[in-house]
Amino acid sequence: MKRFNNVGWIAVIICVFAIVFDVLSATAAQPQKKNIILATTTSTQDSGLLDVLIPFFEKKTGYFVKTIAVGSGQAMVMGQKGEADVLLIHSPDAEEKFMAEGSGINRRLVMHNDFIIVGPVEDPAGIKGMKSSIESFKKIAASGALYMSRGDNSGTHAKEKSILKAARILPQGARWYQQTGLGMGQTLSISSEKKAYTLTDRGTYLALQKNLGLSILVEKDAMLLNIYHVIEVNPARWNKVNTAGAKAFSNFIVSKQAQKIIKNFGIAKYGSPLFFPDAGKKEK
Amino acid sequence: MDMIFEGIKQAFFLLFTLDPEVMGITWLSLNISGVATVISLFIGISIGMTVALSRFPGRKFVVSLINTGMGLPPVVVGLFVTIFLWRNGPLGFLEILYTPTAMIIAQSIIATPIVTGITLSAIQHLPANLHLQILSLGATRLQMVWILIKESKLPLLTAVMAGFGGVISEVGASIMVGGNIKGYSRVLTTATVMETSRGNFDIAIALGIILLLLCLCVNVILTHIQQGERLR
Repeated sequence: MKRFNNVGWIAVIICVFAIVFDVLSATAAQPQKKNIILATTTSTQDSGLLDVLIPFFEKKTGYFVKTIAVGSGQAMVMGQKGEADVLLIHSPDAEEKFMAEGSGINRRLVMHNDFIIVGPVEDPAGIKGMKSSIESFKKIAASGALYMSRGDNSGTHAKEKSILKAARILPQGARWYQQTGLGMGQTLSISSEKKAYTLTDRGTYLALQKNLGLSILVEKDAMLLNIYHVIEVNPARWNKVNTAGAKAFSNFIVSKQAQKIIKNFGIAKYGSPLFFPDAGKKEK
Repeated sequence: MDMIFEGIKQAFFLLFTLDPEVMGITWLSLNISGVATVISLFIGISIGMTVALSRFPGRKFVVSLINTGMGLPPVVVGLFVTIFLWRNGPLGFLEILYTPTAMIIAQSIIATPIVTGITLSAIQHLPANLHLQILSLGATRLQMVWILIKESKLPLLTAVMAGFGGVISEVGASIMVGGNIKGYSRVLTTATVMETSRGNFDIAIALGIILLLLCLCVNVILTHIQQGERLR
């Protein structure tokens, strides 16, 4: 027994040294200015788009992208604090404020898809096929059917707030209106379990559709357009920002190559594209 | 039920085909949590030993602090480590936020109180004046500490297991300070969270099973050492 234990101890010690050495060398081999921090929304990660785009970019340029997937609101806060180099987000009104206060430079249109209102197949509020998102929110509120909000200052949450404002609904404290405080994927799962309505971007919905008991009820309202921009964090404010890296990434994502990847992404798997490339187009 | 079965199938498929991404994630989990446990052992045993062997005013309060620390919420640790490591934070010059190093730091902070608390109670469980007796037989202080560690080997191995188990299964701090970056700071727990939010429940279950198997392997080895010592 004693013999085994000595061998066991030696094995443990060797493992520990191997592990320590491994981590130290891995960390040391990572040159700092090669790192780009990309703060983005959950939808670009949950849909899998970045898993295709980023390896391509890294291979082409040699940069290493650290993708931090949070809501658009939190991504902008990271930008304001100089904790990110480049943002890929979808919250146009808040983005304009972000640009106006000088936190970012070079805001460019990348792509769009659209928001949709999804809900249980039985559709207790009877909104299926309605053309106006404002009217359908009024109807959900009036019927008292459960609605799940992201509640996390994400781009989707911002869109929902603007619709609620236009519909003159004050949902705070109302029983039909609940907030998850989670990402889009998790909010969709919860809505599905609780047979609730929710507002989602089409990309995430299509990617998760197979596990959800939710169907598309309202779509194609002009108000439901979901537009993604890329913004470089203003290097004049924060000297630690990786300016060259941010520029390289934002140039890449509006380049022909990347736009082509965006155009074709998801067609093979979901039968229809999840995002529509928009780079270079004029905004309406 | 189908989903769980599918997940188990997926887990074994990923394991037996040695899927490079899953292997990488598993190795990194073991790496980070292993290093964090070793660091917490050095710090935790030192503090635990010191507090156990000394008498000073406010000692009871310190012990309460240590015991509270054993339940330190990982997300709170993650939040503070993030704030400290921000580029423009107090330790920003290190530029280690969103790296495995940052995850090791956070996990060490989580595991240290656990190791400290268990060390403390282990040493206090030894006969009260043992350390005086050892000293009176002519041992130096360092030798005395070493003998005490050897005497409380069993509970200290429990400390290793508790510390390691605490950090390898932790997700809140890892996702905040590591960022769940593919191929770089993605570990089993953060990958499980992400796959869940992507709706890939079968892969999430598979990753969960791999995590459990990993913990089991580590604990089997440690328990073997622990119980082997005991039987001798």
